[in-house]
Amino acid sequence: MRPKLTLLSDEIIARILEEAYELLLKPGIKVQNEEARELLAKAGAKIDPETHVAQIPASLVHKALESVPREFYLYDYDGNPTVHYGGDSVHFDPGSSGIAMLNAETLEHDTTETEHLIRLLKVAEQLSQYDAQSTAVICHDVPKEIQDSYRLYLVLLHSKKPIVTGAFTNKTVQEMIDMLAIFAGSKEAASKKPRAIFDVCPAPPLIWSNFGAGNLIALARAGIPAEIVSVPLSGAAAPVTMLGTVTQHTAECFAGIVIHQLAHAGSPIVWGGAAAIFDMRKGATPMGAVETAMLDCSYAQVAKTLNMPTHTYLGATDSKLVDAQAGLESGISAMVGALSGINMISGSGMLDFLACHSAEKLVIDAEGIAMAKRMIGGVKLHTDTLATGFYDDKINFKGGDFLKQKVTMQLFREEQHLPSSVIDRDSTRAWKAAGSLDAFGRAKLRVNELLASYKRPEIDPEKLSRLHAFTLDLAKKAGIEELPRLEDYQPA
Amino acid sequence: MSEELFKQMAQSIIDGDSDLSVELAKKAIEINMHPLEAITKGFVVGVNYIGDQFGAGEAFLPELVMAGEAMKAAVATLEPELLKLGSARETMGRVVLATVEGDIHEIGKTLVGTMLSASGFEVTDLGVDQPADKIIGKALEIDAHIIGMSALLTTTMVRQREVIEELDKEGLRPRIKVMVGGAPITRDWFQKIKADGYSEDAVGAVKIAKELVGKADQ
Repeated sequence: MRPKLTLLSDEIIARILEEAYELLLKPGIKVQNEEARELLAKAGAKIDPETHVAQIPASLVHKALESVPREFYLYDYDGNPTVHYGGDSVHFDPGSSGIAMLNAETLEHDTTETEHLIRLLKVAEQLSQYDAQSTAVICHDVPKEIQDSYRLYLVLLHSKKPIVTGAFTNKTVQEMIDMLAIFAGSKEAASKKPRAIFDVCPAPPLIWSNFGAGNLIALARAGIPAEIVSVPLSGAAAPVTMLGTVTQHTAECFAGIVIHQLAHAGSPIVWGGAAAIFDMRKGATPMGAVETAMLDCSYAQVAKTLNMPTHTYLGATDSKLVDAQAGLESGISAMVGALSGINMISGSGMLDFLACHSAEKLVIDAEGIAMAKRMIGGVKLHTDTLATGFYDDKINFKGGDFLKQKVTMQLFREEQHLPSSVIDRDSTRAWKAAGSLDAFGRAKLRVNELLASYKRPEIDPEKLSRLHAFTLDLAKKAGIEELPRLEDYQPA
Repeated sequence: MSEELFKQMAQSIIDGDSDLSVELAKKAIEINMHPLEAITKGFVVGVNYIGDQFGAGEAFLPELVMAGEAMKAAVATLEPELLKLGSARETMGRVVLATVEGDIHEIGKTLVGTMLSASGFEVTDLGVDQPADKIIGKALEIDAHIIGMSALLTTTMVRQREVIEELDKEGLRPRIKVMVGGAPITRDWFQKIKADGYSEDAVGAVKIAKELVGKADQ
């Protein structure tokens, strides 16, 4: 009895697909990568040599949808398949690529450096609600040229979980694929049991940039999973209507999948995005808006009719602090994402339109995720009789009767999620005795506990030193002689 | 051999497995282990462990209660043997428990009863909605060392004071000690009504009860 949220009728979905095919022809898709244009032209798309706009016939989409995998896994360091892309599986990971981090003491948004990413990694590594890590923030203490690969280096050092990441250029995507190959043993092994998935963004409306399309091609050829993060903004970079926005999103995904499958048929790719409405008062892109969640639920429903793996950005907030707004926007949107059966939901921990991360928010969001996962766990049938079997001859009409039943001990954990200390269910007395803390205060304590209990996972030292040498080499080419010193890893 | 059996006994309590704890109690009798030894070196270790785990937030109410039930079952199996040996288990003390008049919320009080029994107290639980004279009458009847009263409502917790005043009027204190508990009960209230002990939870109540009968170290 798993609950599901759907917002679109079959009839509307059919119309979305139909109009998306029309958009691929008129106005077409602007493809700013030469190799992608060549692939498309060779397959029969018409390309305008001046504007680089491609008219992609529906037949190419159909063919791509035939070869694309319907499901695949991401693997942890030990080779266990822990993230399932496909069907209605639901996973969460912290949001990616923040540029600031909330300082829990000063409440300032500090510019992120190595120490901030490590802090987030240590916290997320120990929270079971996060099935994958992400390259959560940019480290501004290393040169721009290596900021994407350096993040991946830090995650590989500090985590065993699968990784949601992304490259910033067509050159660095290759470097990052090489890093994954070092850990997997070879490029083939990295593709056979992929550890990471790369977010790749088209530019709205209807543009596949040189870098976006270039990444699609590189990932397809390497057999490393790609995740399309289409970001239509309703009313600004997409039609104002939700249905118009979802249709544009569909066309952008279609074009991406075609380019990707033309580069290498059968490579894994995900139907994803970070759609949002455009706030008409502030000119902002609210990630916590209910309409944003509705857009995501809708495009996921489109993907599911095509049997595609899904991704979205939910569980984030636009608030600048970990406050009531952060809680309600993150909690509600995480719940919508889970009820929509979206395979990977990115965004937890993030404030301020995905610009700012917070470790404290990450531990609070983990509770929201636990609630959402409990919700989709549904109401379960555990016993032969629903109730009558509980009333045996030991019942003596006392309130504690059921506490004495073995079945209570056996089943209470399956029926109830047991929250962490972040959630307050104390008596007023006990709450006062513990310092009268609010959720943020309790989250600060929990973060400190997690930072104290973190132990860097045991990773083959040989792989580590090869990874370090590789990254150091990139750093030297980018003009620095040393990588930032790390507390938990001193290279030989 | 005994060491292994003690371990199994403690584990049966931790697992809340009454069937197994009874079986192990019978085994102790078979091999002529002194029943008191079985209780103190075996079963009680399990109760203490689960109590500590509960206090630390690692164990939960069903586990606590099931451990208490398994303990009660084991002790009930060993008791006839103790009587035969003429060395009935020295009880930690006799306790009358009740939820005060006008109040029907008793889950907390029932938990306290379970934990007190498991820790060696002889508990008489009168149930809910009990007027002062009934509570005091029963305490006198069984020569109780402690009266424990619960109340969930701020409107009924005042009844706890009535019982204490009545006991004082009859000159029954300090012979009978009074413990109070329940959601609205604070340290302030406990001091104001001059009760002898209060606790926020069932595990704490056992500690207080032991202190009140002068057996804090047991």
